[in-house]
Amino acid sequence: MTPVSGDAFLWISIVKILVVFGALLGLIAFWTLVERRVCAFIQNRLGPNRVGPEGLFQPVADGLKNFFKEETLPPFSDRFLFVLAPMLAFTPALITFAVVPFASPLPTPWGLVNSAIADLPVGFLYILAISSLGVYGVVLAGWSSNNKYSLLGGLRGSAQLISYEVSMGLSAVAVLVLAGNITMNEIVARQQQSLWFVLPLFVAFFTFLVSAFAETNRLPFDLPEAEAELIAGYHTEYSAMKFSMFYIAEYSNMVTASALMVTLFFGGWDIPFTAWDNTPPWTVLKFVATFGAFWAKVLFFMFAYIWVRWTLPRFRFDQLMDLGWKVLLPIALGFVMVVAVSVWALEAAGVRFGIGYALALTGVNAVLAVLIFKVLDANRVIGGSASRQHDRWRAQAGRVKGAA
Amino acid sequence: MAIAVKTLRRPEAESSYMRATLKGMALTFQHLFQKKWTMEYPEQTAAPDWKLSGRWRGTHRMAVTEDGKAKCVACGLCPQVCPANCIRLIPGEDEQGNRYPLVYEIDEFRCVFCGYCQEVCPEEAIHVGVHYENAEYSRDGFVYDLERLMKQTHEVSSLWDPSDPRGE
Repeated sequence: MTPVSGDAFLWISIVKILVVFGALLGLIAFWTLVERRVCAFIQNRLGPNRVGPEGLFQPVADGLKNFFKEETLPPFSDRFLFVLAPMLAFTPALITFAVVPFASPLPTPWGLVNSAIADLPVGFLYILAISSLGVYGVVLAGWSSNNKYSLLGGLRGSAQLISYEVSMGLSAVAVLVLAGNITMNEIVARQQQSLWFVLPLFVAFFTFLVSAFAETNRLPFDLPEAEAELIAGYHTEYSAMKFSMFYIAEYSNMVTASALMVTLFFGGWDIPFTAWDNTPPWTVLKFVATFGAFWAKVLFFMFAYIWVRWTLPRFRFDQLMDLGWKVLLPIALGFVMVVAVSVWALEAAGVRFGIGYALALTGVNAVLAVLIFKVLDANRVIGGSASRQHDRWRAQAGRVKGAA
Repeated sequence: MAIAVKTLRRPEAESSYMRATLKGMALTFQHLFQKKWTMEYPEQTAAPDWKLSGRWRGTHRMAVTEDGKAKCVACGLCPQVCPANCIRLIPGEDEQGNRYPLVYEIDEFRCVFCGYCQEVCPEEAIHVGVHYENAEYSRDGFVYDLERLMKQTHEVSSLWDPSDPRGE
């Protein structure tokens, strides 16, 4: 079957956009409820369960409330930017999802439909480009509110996103080296030919995971909002739907980051241990099965976001910067070198890309991972400035004693 | 010269971040399936492992004699001792010269539930009770008259006993 073309392509694209957009918003709304209930369960409470069965309609009630609440506009704010900021946070968060393929191609009377809204040849670069645009929303919200807490939140947001964007991009480079392509579908296909990249690129997955948490401003990296320090950070001055848009942006960033982790490291819509799902002829059944597989994986990561949020305390800002620049960046950078060298060595040895190839890399990764975790674990690399100051004092005291 | 600070070299297992993280994740995951302590209040008002303390000071209650009259002798001590000034008492006297309250009203809205009225009462007539559900639709509803105070049936507060400070 050939891919759709012509007028049908246009119409099918419109339908895909509407369906995915609606489903994403639905998932986000649902996930605000899941967040609150899982948080409650972790704290041995029940959580919101009054509206509808098990509180299922709570997001609807929240949404209605937000529609009818008063829109506040601080008198000293920069009005234009103040109104623009939530849109800037909201839009990139939602359109990043456009290139993620979430199931096998679907056969229709008009031809084969790709599951991603736009199967861009530059898929991964598109995600890197658009997802970092989200920081403008955070920064402008902080700046235009004309409130010191908001401004601090915005500043922290920009510093954090820029820092972690680097290690995130670098850990993805390892994936691209192995995939040899930046089209999302091709990355998935390469994983179907060998192993899920989480095994041959475990170290990259680790750095990507940590950076993704930082990128989405979720605990333990939610410094831009840090409610204990900055009231609500960059969205302190926002109310009603404008606030809601920041909220939706946060959750849709979560969806996109989870979908990215699944696509890059967990085989995308691949069903493990069978080749049935990734070989033509494409059928509706395969579409449904792979759709389920993809979303099961994504939901697991979205659950992990909540799980981590209600477990780990927030980093101090200097610890956050330390972790980003002194730990994750060198690891990611070094790992790109290791992967490049290993791939070169494997190619030179004439190993064909496949399961053996991936297993060889998995071996390299296991050794690296053990070493890295040993160092990270034993040396308390994120002790922060206070402990470093302390070490300096000790060294100084030692010198003075030695001189005497 | 730097200040001398004593550092405690803690063992690796205690100071490690990675292990602590994993341990924390395991702990919170266990909590997902543990018993939930929430009491869904309006539907559920009692639980086997939960009860109000006997010393709880809540809605007032007027003790009643066998022939159905209030025990109050309108001595006026409770309005005198009341720090919130929420008791209104107008004393009356019958043919035999017995004093009784013509009007006895407690404004539960003003009351601070200190329990002094119960402590000061020579006849053990007025009590604070082990009871808290006294919501009303209007402020007037919070002014309890004598009849309403007599009709209350909840347990009365045992107050704090200095000879048994822990309530054992």
